[in-house]
Amino acid sequence: MSAGTGGAAQGLNDSPYALSHLDALESESVHIFREVAGEFERPVILFSGGKDSIVMLHLALKAFAPARVPFALLHVDTGHNFPEVLEYRDRVVERHGLRLHVASVQDYIDRGLLRERPDGTRNPLQTLPLTEKIAAERFDAVFGGGRRDEEKARAKERVFSLRDEFSQWDPRRQRPELWQLYNGRHAPGEHVRVFPLSNWTELDIWQYIDREKIELPEIYFAHEREVFQRSGMWLTGGDWGGPSDAEPVELRTVRYRTVGDMSCTGAVDSDATTLEAVIAEIAASRLTERGATRADDKMSEAAMEDRKREGYF
Amino acid sequence: MTSTDITDGGGAAEALLSATTLLRFATAGSVDDGKSTLVGRLLHDSKSVLTDQLEAVEHASRSRGGEGPDLALLTDGLRAEREQGITIDVAYRYFATPRRRFILADTPGHVQYTRNMVTGASTADLAVVLVDARNGVVEQTRRHAAVAALLRVPHVVLAVNKMDLVGYAEEVFAAIAAEFTAYAGALGVPEITAIPISALAGDNVVEPSAVMDWYGGPTVLEHLETVPVSHDLAACHARLPVQYVIRPQTAEHPDYRGYAGQIAAGTFRTGEAVTVLPAGRTTTVKGIDLLGEAVDVAWAPQSVTLLLADDIDIARGDLIVPSGDAPPTSQDVEATVCHVADQPLTVGHRVLLKHTTRTVKAIVKEIPARVTLDDLSHHAEPGRLAANDIGLVKVRTAEPIALDSYADSRRTGSFLLIDPADGTTLAAGMAGESFATTDRSAPADPEAREGDEAEWDF
Repeated sequence: MSAGTGGAAQGLNDSPYALSHLDALESESVHIFREVAGEFERPVILFSGGKDSIVMLHLALKAFAPARVPFALLHVDTGHNFPEVLEYRDRVVERHGLRLHVASVQDYIDRGLLRERPDGTRNPLQTLPLTEKIAAERFDAVFGGGRRDEEKARAKERVFSLRDEFSQWDPRRQRPELWQLYNGRHAPGEHVRVFPLSNWTELDIWQYIDREKIELPEIYFAHEREVFQRSGMWLTGGDWGGPSDAEPVELRTVRYRTVGDMSCTGAVDSDATTLEAVIAEIAASRLTERGATRADDKMSEAAMEDRKREGYF
Repeated sequence: MTSTDITDGGGAAEALLSATTLLRFATAGSVDDGKSTLVGRLLHDSKSVLTDQLEAVEHASRSRGGEGPDLALLTDGLRAEREQGITIDVAYRYFATPRRRFILADTPGHVQYTRNMVTGASTADLAVVLVDARNGVVEQTRRHAAVAALLRVPHVVLAVNKMDLVGYAEEVFAAIAAEFTAYAGALGVPEITAIPISALAGDNVVEPSAVMDWYGGPTVLEHLETVPVSHDLAACHARLPVQYVIRPQTAEHPDYRGYAGQIAAGTFRTGEAVTVLPAGRTTTVKGIDLLGEAVDVAWAPQSVTLLLADDIDIARGDLIVPSGDAPPTSQDVEATVCHVADQPLTVGHRVLLKHTTRTVKAIVKEIPARVTLDDLSHHAEPGRLAANDIGLVKVRTAEPIALDSYADSRRTGSFLLIDPADGTTLAAGMAGESFATTDRSAPADPEAREGDEAEWDF
């Protein structure tokens, strides 16, 4: 017994074979991408233009280099996206010769298949266009950039998460996931959601972006922006329905920690104009990114779990 | 636990950014041993609980009529878990200190304990087994030790909790530590560190105890920060399961043909002679791509692409190994399994066996024994294994597979049994000898035990 000694072989941490935490995470994610490429017929990467999906795509590019990424991208366009992000999306698709599928919430609303919510939030409305697109294109593996550190329901998510023909997640019927032996078996009509960034934290994402010099949409860096306050968050006005007359607009220096629907993604006050400054801010922050910037998760204690059950990513 | 004094330290943020190694660990404990409190304490005292998470917990605790924040709500992520006040499934948590990043597999002790702990332990470098100082080593403790030994978790921490309820008495701790160490050591657990703690009062979790001055060892966190995570790869048999063949077929790379995979064990070097299994063809490593960068040497667990000197037929599911260091290929697998599904596994069951990147048809030929983890006794020829059972199986595969002993490699000695009808993961298999392959209910031969321990090598 070594009670009191704190482990005998401390020197091994200096082993020439030790991997840094970023290298270990990168290697694990690449393994997940390649497993999917090896086992599925029609995988697709959910791509929002947010930092997590950007890192996902970067990892996929490395996993298959010097060949092309053998997957298409799928963007669920809420109709309330930041223009800078759409522009970034199109640039990336072009540069890497990728194929882009778009599932459009606006289109569903225009066709009367979805109804606008009174609060103007379109995040929950993404589920139907997403799941119908998956069914129509017969995607059998759908990569998502979800991380387990984001939210307590996501902490329970498997790397390979089986969804039924309605895209539903049943947390009580998840397959145990052992070693790195991912089980992707599914019946026709079912698909698997795959989360290669499961074990990454927000800080890991930012440190990796810095290390790999990955380009991001500019809204992630501090800039002057006209914003107004609603439910304690700084939102950008637009066609989506803000601000109301009682919500005065201010010019503030802000940046975004997450990128989502404009109606429910808040900006944070920040002077961070470089990656280094952003990383320092994240490391010192006492708020999670979702707590700081996402209105939809505040709807109820189980908001994320409930949306995931319905087919949300 | 009070939990309002979260302070922001700019210095702490600086230090956090310097942490570069990663430790994966799992916790195991029975229902009332205080596991949630320990996890809450680790997260809270290492300042890993952020203000909004804490506010959410405080809000939820109040709406349930609780007085202080119930830190178990931090970790119980599902509606059903919060409603029932129990943990149903493994959850993964992330925290960091200036010295290291941590991935914690938080495994419930309540229901379905074995499969959940197996899930958590399968990727863990370390397991924390919690006992209540008032109760000492109980049946559940022995099960946790057995699972850690079976899954070959390299380091085990015995956390003797609730020391405040036994007057912080050294002799209580010493007796429990000695009993556990004897038991787990006999099962082959290579390194055991026993720590007396009070998760509730915070003794020896993050901060050293002010009252147990007789204890001179590390706190739980200190131990987690310093335990070695890399193994001696030079001694490992090198293994690369081929995941995917990369063939760009572009003007720039007309002839590129790379075999992509994550190195499961050991090291590969350019110029090395290798054999491709199960076919047995031999060639040499012409180049190694480490995600776009050419290197001369690569090692586990790096994801790489190997370029080989000869154009031979290689596909997903093949295993590349150094020539002269190949595992045997066989269609007969003998293994210890943990049954993880609700539907039973029976003799004659037609299954799929997934080993590394290879999935083959298989049939369960025999179930020689079900192992009772409490006393390690064997129930011979049970005919079937049910959820959470540990047992021995003999499986015949439709094609040869190159299987290592789990004792040699957790990665290439493990496999899944899958139901071909609905894709359910039925069982987690560990090939070759384990402590469970011999009936331990009879007094064991002490020399044989010595032999077992000597074979620990990964």
